[in-house]
Amino acid sequence: MTLQQMILLIPGIPLFAFLMLGLFSKKIPCNYAATAGTILMGVTTVLSCFVAFGYFTAFGKIDGIYQPMIPFLYHWLPLTDLLEINMGILLDPISALMLFVVSFISLMVHIYSMAYMKDESRIAVYYAFLSLFTFAMLGLVMASNIFQLYIFWELVGLSSFLLIGFYYQKPAAVRAAKKAFIVTRFADLGMLIGILIISYEGKSLDFISLIDHFTNSPQQISGTFLGIASLQWALALIFIGGAGKSALFPLHIWLPDAMEGPTPVSALIHAATMVVAGVFLIARLFPVYAIAAPDLLQGIGYVGAFTALFAALIACTQTDIKRILAYSTMSQIGYMMLALGVAGYGAESGLGFTASLFHLFTHALFKALLFLCAGAIIHFVHSNEMRDMGGLKKLMPITHLCFLIGCLAIAGIPPFAGFFSKEEILLAACQHNRMIYFVSLFTAGLTAFYMFRLYFSIFWNKPFQQHHSHHGEGGPAMMLPLIVLGIGSVSAGFIPFGKWVSSDGRPLISHFHLSFSILPVLLSLAGIAIAAFYFFEKKKTVETTVNAMGGLFRVAKGKFYIDEIYQFVTKKIIFNFIAKPAAWIDKNLIDGLVNAMGNSTVSLSNQIKGIQSGKIQMYAGIFLIGVIGLAILAIYYWN
Amino acid sequence: MTLEPGLYHLLTISTGLFFIGVYGFLTRKNLVTMLMSIELILNSVNLNFIAFNKYLWPHRLDGVFFTLFVIAIAAAEAAVAIAIVINIYRNNRSINVEQTEEMKY
Repeated sequence: MTLQQMILLIPGIPLFAFLMLGLFSKKIPCNYAATAGTILMGVTTVLSCFVAFGYFTAFGKIDGIYQPMIPFLYHWLPLTDLLEINMGILLDPISALMLFVVSFISLMVHIYSMAYMKDESRIAVYYAFLSLFTFAMLGLVMASNIFQLYIFWELVGLSSFLLIGFYYQKPAAVRAAKKAFIVTRFADLGMLIGILIISYEGKSLDFISLIDHFTNSPQQISGTFLGIASLQWALALIFIGGAGKSALFPLHIWLPDAMEGPTPVSALIHAATMVVAGVFLIARLFPVYAIAAPDLLQGIGYVGAFTALFAALIACTQTDIKRILAYSTMSQIGYMMLALGVAGYGAESGLGFTASLFHLFTHALFKALLFLCAGAIIHFVHSNEMRDMGGLKKLMPITHLCFLIGCLAIAGIPPFAGFFSKEEILLAACQHNRMIYFVSLFTAGLTAFYMFRLYFSIFWNKPFQQHHSHHGEGGPAMMLPLIVLGIGSVSAGFIPFGKWVSSDGRPLISHFHLSFSILPVLLSLAGIAIAAFYFFEKKKTVETTVNAMGGLFRVAKGKFYIDEIYQFVTKKIIFNFIAKPAAWIDKNLIDGLVNAMGNSTVSLSNQIKGIQSGKIQMYAGIFLIGVIGLAILAIYYWN
Repeated sequence: MTLEPGLYHLLTISTGLFFIGVYGFLTRKNLVTMLMSIELILNSVNLNFIAFNKYLWPHRLDGVFFTLFVIAIAAAEAAVAIAIVINIYRNNRSINVEQTEEMKY
């Protein structure tokens, strides 16, 4: 099998699985559907790993530098001589990395769902949607031009919508699905405009030629709008698309609600893969951002840092286990964005870029682990609320261990995976922007606090009250992914990541400063200690603290009222000042015109309908008069 | 005085027949009488065919054939029309044309 065939099979197999499972969902027995989907996903994963490791170790390097390569290209729409839209596959370090992450996490979720969803009657549809998502996500990360990326971008949005709304009998799930779709659609509109501008400026849609064009001759920008060059606008608009998908402030409101979907879906889409598509997008165009728009990139860093802090603050006050994980996902994506924001192009200054993707990689592992553990816990307790849990340590030993590993990893305790990636981010931030550095440092402490608050209240505390432990932790299909991901979360930090992924393809040797990492680790430990302190102390202490925090606590618990602000803006302002006048114009002017035409036709017909009297002899008489008239005309005017 | 009948004589008769038929069709209220008027109109046309055939193209038979066709079709038409009239009678208990006004607006 050649490389080209193999690469085409990687998105091809999930597409095939989607079509088969989707078209014959009613005919396939449930257990076959799950098994078939998982086996096909397994084949895809093997191929992806083969291609990714092959790229990193064998054919990707030329003279020690990783080169982007296009193993497959199909000329699809030649619009003009200059501009054509192709369908191709681009293989470079970040797409090889994402290839591995997406297919691996997807396989884990496929295996896990076999047990988690086994009582669901629409499991074939569920697996079809999972396959559709995997196909779209793999296509997204390997897209060779930005328009192709946009197509797959919308496809992942669609499959996210379908999976959030999988329990369509639940009104909350339907609302959440619509919310996710609409919010990301608005962001994608910005992205589409950005793509149009950038293709006009760059005379191409292909990533490689776009990057060449803007990094070699950044002065040839033709237009400005509101005093800002059009390229800046394009990049900012593309970033808005990425921010919508990656749930950055203020477009984050859909992600917590998206937790209405099945938990394995949250693990795959809303934690590990789809939500980092925004990070991937910025990373894909990174040389353009870093060289042509460094100010904008810094702005992205600030947005990321703010989101990280903001989401962490909200996470401290929530009580729904999946929502806490969702806010922590937002916070970690904020980390990745801020790391990109403090990075520059090339060599040492590209540390942030490497750190960001490293964090993306480790985060995918430990956050998928945390979500799958949460799924196992919810499966056991039948509730999402923290207060219904507690004392599960003895009852669910494997889940407990895996969840603890995930918490330690996200808190950045050595030697778990999150420690290494977070250290690199902090180091990059410290070298470039002190303000972002302190924000992210504080957020690291908060992260440890809220994750261990969650951990203690699930597994410790009172003995578990309800005695309906009719099932254990879940079968081997549920435990296997937890164990594999747990091992990954422990060991992924030791991968020499900088050697493989860097901003310019040259290996980046990261210098590891032991002294630098003391402070963040101490902060994280302090966060854990505070969580433990509040937890094992009497309830009164918690209440006094909450009272002392007063307004801040209430505001954070209310998620800073962002949803309410959106409600206010849409319902009160847009509906009243734009929608209502528009509705008036529609009802009175446009409908009025159409109605007037209809009414005049009706009244005219009412007046002339008497001609049709039903009297045959009258018809015949009129006919005769007509014929005679025509005959007279013919006789006198024939010539 | 012997009067050799010519084309004009025949055309005069057929015209008269035609207008008698039209008059009957427009004024009679009985559907069967109206049907008979239609037969008059058709026969005036037949007479025209025969007359033109005989006086203008005596060597050909087109007009004669056409007349035979018209007679055949008129028979069929009469059968259909009488069936309709019978049905109207069953519905209305009358064959007065002024009472068959269901096709009004």
